[in-house]
Amino acid sequence: MADRAYRAAPADALRIERLGELTAIFDRRSMQTHLVVSPVPEMLNAMGADACTPAGIAERLAATFDLGSAEDAQPILAERLSELAAMGLVERA
Amino acid sequence: MRHSTRIAVGPVQFRIGSDWAAPVAALERLYAAYPRDDARPADATVRLFAARPWRRWLRPSVHIGGDFVVPGALPLPLAMGLLAAEMGMNLQVALGWRRHLLLHASAVARDGRALIMSGESGSGKSTLAALLGEGDWRLMGDEFTLIDPQSGDAFAFPRAVSLKNSAIAEVAARVDAARLGPLLAATPKGDVRHLIPRTDAIAAMHESARPALLLFPRFGGAASIEPMGEGEAFVRLTEASTNYVALGEAGFAALTRLVRDTPAFGVTYADSAEGIALVEQLWADVLK
Repeated sequence: MADRAYRAAPADALRIERLGELTAIFDRRSMQTHLVVSPVPEMLNAMGADACTPAGIAERLAATFDLGSAEDAQPILAERLSELAAMGLVERA
Repeated sequence: MRHSTRIAVGPVQFRIGSDWAAPVAALERLYAAYPRDDARPADATVRLFAARPWRRWLRPSVHIGGDFVVPGALPLPLAMGLLAAEMGMNLQVALGWRRHLLLHASAVARDGRALIMSGESGSGKSTLAALLGEGDWRLMGDEFTLIDPQSGDAFAFPRAVSLKNSAIAEVAARVDAARLGPLLAATPKGDVRHLIPRTDAIAAMHESARPALLLFPRFGGAASIEPMGEGEAFVRLTEASTNYVALGEAGFAALTRLVRDTPAFGVTYADSAEGIALVEQLWADVLK
């Protein structure tokens, strides 16, 4: 589970607007609006178009953010990815 | 239908048909000062009809129909025909309008800028708008505010204001009785009485106004002003919009722009005078 790879939705499928502490994401494919908070926007941004594992995302995020221990961050990222997959914003690679 | 009329409120042209004369006559009195163009195609149709032919006469009860219907909605007694017409008009706009993002919110304007107030029933948004509209504000509407997806501007929907319960006496004390409709007592919404907007508000009903302030009023409790973040305002307004989902990305873009460009506050007030004072204070602050 923890090392399962995901791919973010194609960039043109989502419209992402930061609204203060919340971020609103409009999914053009489902016409649904999702409201998310950090670290979800940062994760989607870090994933780009690549297939990413939680470890890979942790590595990319660590370049910009202070994640503390990357090992501690990975299970949290894995959980967020699985939630994002349920919302249709990422899919299993 | 046996009786019918046309009414234009803001950009919406209604065709209203009724099995009875009384509701149409009452509507024509409330909307006599509104511009009328019977040749224009109707955007929305409202039908007030009897469930069975004999029900026109025997304990007549009004069913509400039109382009959209709410299955299982209970009919109203004929004495409340005007309320049935109002509910029918609201329903058709709420479910059918696509040209603007529709917010369940009242609005007033001053100097070409709009104050938009969103809140649940009982928040006082309608009464505040009515009272401000009797001062030096232009009433844009007590129920719906339309946001143009292209420009982001607010458009008016100044239907006859639906005053409820204690608001009736409060407003009636300030206006000419000729601007009030009949008292509809003990309706499902309590006592209801309609207020015809001022003629200047009706004459200006096609003029847009750039949103300047978003308020989420709450009636009852100690006076307070709480700044509201863009995210919370967005969530509340998606809930207050009847066509946000139907508009798709255009609605998303219009709403994100509105909450980004317009300062928002939650305000609590104990009475109308206090509510108006808070509004004026915030208006002066944001337009500084």
